[in-house]
Amino acid sequence: MNRRDLIGLAIFACVAVLTAADATAQVTTPPAMTPAPSLTLPTTWRATLPNGVTIVGADMREVPLVRATLSIAGGGRLDGDRPGIASMTADLLDEGAGGRDAIGLAEDVAFLGASLGTGAGWDAITLSLTAPRRTFDDAMTILARVALQPTFARADVQRQQDLRLASIIQQRDQPAAVASQVFNREVFGRGHPYHAQLGGDSTSIAGLDSTALRTFWNRAADPRRATLIITGAITQREAVALATRLLGDWRAPANALAITPAGAIPAPNRGTTRVVLVDKPGAAQSVINIGAPGVDRSSPDYAAILLMNTILGGSFSARLNDILREQKGFSYGANSGYSWRPVPGPFLASSAVRTDVTDSSLAIFFEQFKRIRDEVVLADELERARSYSVLGALGNYETTGQVAGQLATALSFGMTLEQVPAELAAIQKLTAADVQRAARQHLDPARLTVVVVGDLSKIRAGIEALRLGPVTIVTP
Amino acid sequence: MSRPTLVTLMVFGLASSATPPMLPAQMAPIRVPATVDTLPNGLRLIIHQDRSAPVATVNVWYHVGSGSEKPGRTGFAHLFEHLMFMGSEHAPYPEFDRRLEAAGANNNGSTTEDRTNYYEAGPANALPLMLWLEADRMGYLLPTMDAAKVDAQRDIVKNERRQSYENQPYGMVGDHMPRMLYPASHPYSWTVIGSMADLSAASLDDVKQFFREYYAPNNAVISVAGDVDPAEVRRLVREYFGHLPRGPEIVKPTPVRPAMTRDTALVLEDRVGLARLYYVFPAVKAWDRDDAALNVAAYVLTGARNARLTKRLVYEEQLVSNVSAFNGSLNLAGDFQLVATAKPGGALPAIQRVIDEELRRLATEGPTERELQQARNALEASFLSGIERVQSKADQLNSYYFELGVPDGFQRDLDRYRSVSAAQVQAAARQYLTGARVVVSVVPQGKLELAATAREVTP
Repeated sequence: MNRRDLIGLAIFACVAVLTAADATAQVTTPPAMTPAPSLTLPTTWRATLPNGVTIVGADMREVPLVRATLSIAGGGRLDGDRPGIASMTADLLDEGAGGRDAIGLAEDVAFLGASLGTGAGWDAITLSLTAPRRTFDDAMTILARVALQPTFARADVQRQQDLRLASIIQQRDQPAAVASQVFNREVFGRGHPYHAQLGGDSTSIAGLDSTALRTFWNRAADPRRATLIITGAITQREAVALATRLLGDWRAPANALAITPAGAIPAPNRGTTRVVLVDKPGAAQSVINIGAPGVDRSSPDYAAILLMNTILGGSFSARLNDILREQKGFSYGANSGYSWRPVPGPFLASSAVRTDVTDSSLAIFFEQFKRIRDEVVLADELERARSYSVLGALGNYETTGQVAGQLATALSFGMTLEQVPAELAAIQKLTAADVQRAARQHLDPARLTVVVVGDLSKIRAGIEALRLGPVTIVTP
Repeated sequence: MSRPTLVTLMVFGLASSATPPMLPAQMAPIRVPATVDTLPNGLRLIIHQDRSAPVATVNVWYHVGSGSEKPGRTGFAHLFEHLMFMGSEHAPYPEFDRRLEAAGANNNGSTTEDRTNYYEAGPANALPLMLWLEADRMGYLLPTMDAAKVDAQRDIVKNERRQSYENQPYGMVGDHMPRMLYPASHPYSWTVIGSMADLSAASLDDVKQFFREYYAPNNAVISVAGDVDPAEVRRLVREYFGHLPRGPEIVKPTPVRPAMTRDTALVLEDRVGLARLYYVFPAVKAWDRDDAALNVAAYVLTGARNARLTKRLVYEEQLVSNVSAFNGSLNLAGDFQLVATAKPGGALPAIQRVIDEELRRLATEGPTERELQQARNALEASFLSGIERVQSKADQLNSYYFELGVPDGFQRDLDRYRSVSAAQVQAAARQYLTGARVVVSVVPQGKLELAATAREVTP
């Protein structure tokens, strides 16, 4: 306290002297940029347990905190004809395990100052834990118990089913959630995992029971498909010893569920552009989702697509936001993006726009899709997007959570963090012609699915007049 | 950094094998060392060096929010925040965003009842640019401001309001709640986003006046954190901001909030599938002596699955799909809020009965020592996650400086939870969570019979 005051005073004196000299100086030109720092990736380590569990970690000492993420590949891709089973199974893991019930587990975890979450993504079921270093080992014991000895008691399953059915009802109230659900259903045909919802629907959820979930988990929880990511204040030796003690006895199931390879999944809908409307009487805004099946992460055009999207709708000053929000005032924001997943997710451009400008907004989206194909991007747009993508990556490795996320993403594509600098360098080398080629190749305005959720009594005629393609009205 | 103390070892030694070990009573102190300098024009500068990643952030707080607005101009502080991105004399629109993006940096701003903040975050070499842009808009926003810009951002803010209120299930509760909790003369009686009518009424003259009054160096605090050289930061801030003229002294509003003496009830029909109950009690300001106790009370009620209301309503009686409690303490006043969403077809009075019972029980019995310790452990751990990133540290340093007059208030904040007793939590629950309250029921259209009931309280 005293020391800070003294330093403050010393500086204050210095300030007073200097400002007396420059009191009227006004700096009217922006400072010249000095060279950007180079990307420093955290040092990562890797180990494998005899039963096949892969362990990846980064020793980060800034805060006495450790984060563990146990991912078991499969996730929603294993749902098959029971949408939501992976997600419900993940939900149940920490609702009772190893002789402790949901309340007891929650108390154990919270008492350690830890937080434990379980959930399913499209490609994995994930258990994640954050704990202060000094209670981390105990908290990991709970994580392991939840992963290896879940109870799936009938009463717990029924309760979580009820809660899931309630949340499905709530999603119907959310125009953005409705738009996204209809969009995925329309873009990805029957038989494609993304056709259904990750969280399931009311029929599929009601059809599950504790036997179904237990059987699913017994066949999905395969150590050979498991990755444990540990980031934070822990050494490799400590982490591997702990993982060996807690997960070393995990045995592979005799009849593991098969994960359909990406190549064997039915091709998504690449038909000609069509419009799907959902009525929301009285809505103050229309939610617009426009898109198509995305691109494989291993595509040679990956970097060019990233850059193209940054210019189209991937940053604040990108074209879609600039026009729909800043120039026209139709929306609070508009953006676009690609969902990079092992089974490619969609390209999606979206916005919530004022009801009376729904048709004008749709027209703008299509103009911009066309423009980024027909015209080369401006030199300053290109330069800005390159720097935004490349230099922006410098801030992706600051926290244990960020590093864990980057590691998980890389691993899901069979990559390592060491490949990041080369990818960034590739972005830095791209030209306006590369961007245009990526747009022409991968963004076809004649093959898009358009979903609009809004007050159809006010917006339908305007949308039909645009003649974007056949118009159908669906219920969510 | 942390060396286990004797106390730590003893506590671990005492823990029985049947229960998880207690957290050490003394966790290593949380320190985020920061200096404060004041320029002659009144601008304050907080600096925190953290070289763990090659990034830097600038976080500016102007000590003005919707709490300084006048009736008829609600939403103005937030509309003004939008206008701060519309260009300044030497960085005309749209240079602000474009220059920062070209440097690989992100930026944004936010407005609350009490303050407006702006931040930039990106590679450490972008620091001079971040500071220069902030200086230019602190000093030279008005030369390029015009009615067209005000109109444009007014439309965008209205879209923001539509997206967050009108087109959001249960969204209109947020619009009604402030005026049910505060008298019309109190600036917390309106929303930060403001009313559509007032947004329409805002003029270019209002913008100029607001800027001259509140956007002066003596009403601003800059917090810089990251991989920076403190001497260089001071030099840059003097160079860019040193000549900006001091503004008028600002008289902070000191509105009166009369005690609420009876329940206020409101029933809203909405296009929602599930009925929802809002219970709000007038409570305390930030850093009031009961503030920490009420945060602990919120945790004991709904902070974890074994919390009292969660356990009873979600797990045992299964009346709700979700329940949460939140102690919202602001600079001038605060409110304690409970929100419970029914199960499909479920009515609110049954939920209300359980909430009333549990609040009464907390007020008469207080939390158990174990509940209190769990709350402390959980709240303490959340401090660690809060100091991982320079962006959140810079904002928190500004927040502590605003509330306490010192930036590194982390340990002092933590100590509040260390020292809070079961008796204090019980007393706070009795004083604040058993009296008059605002009860809002949101029911699916045509299902008024699901609504909660109001109860009259004699003062």
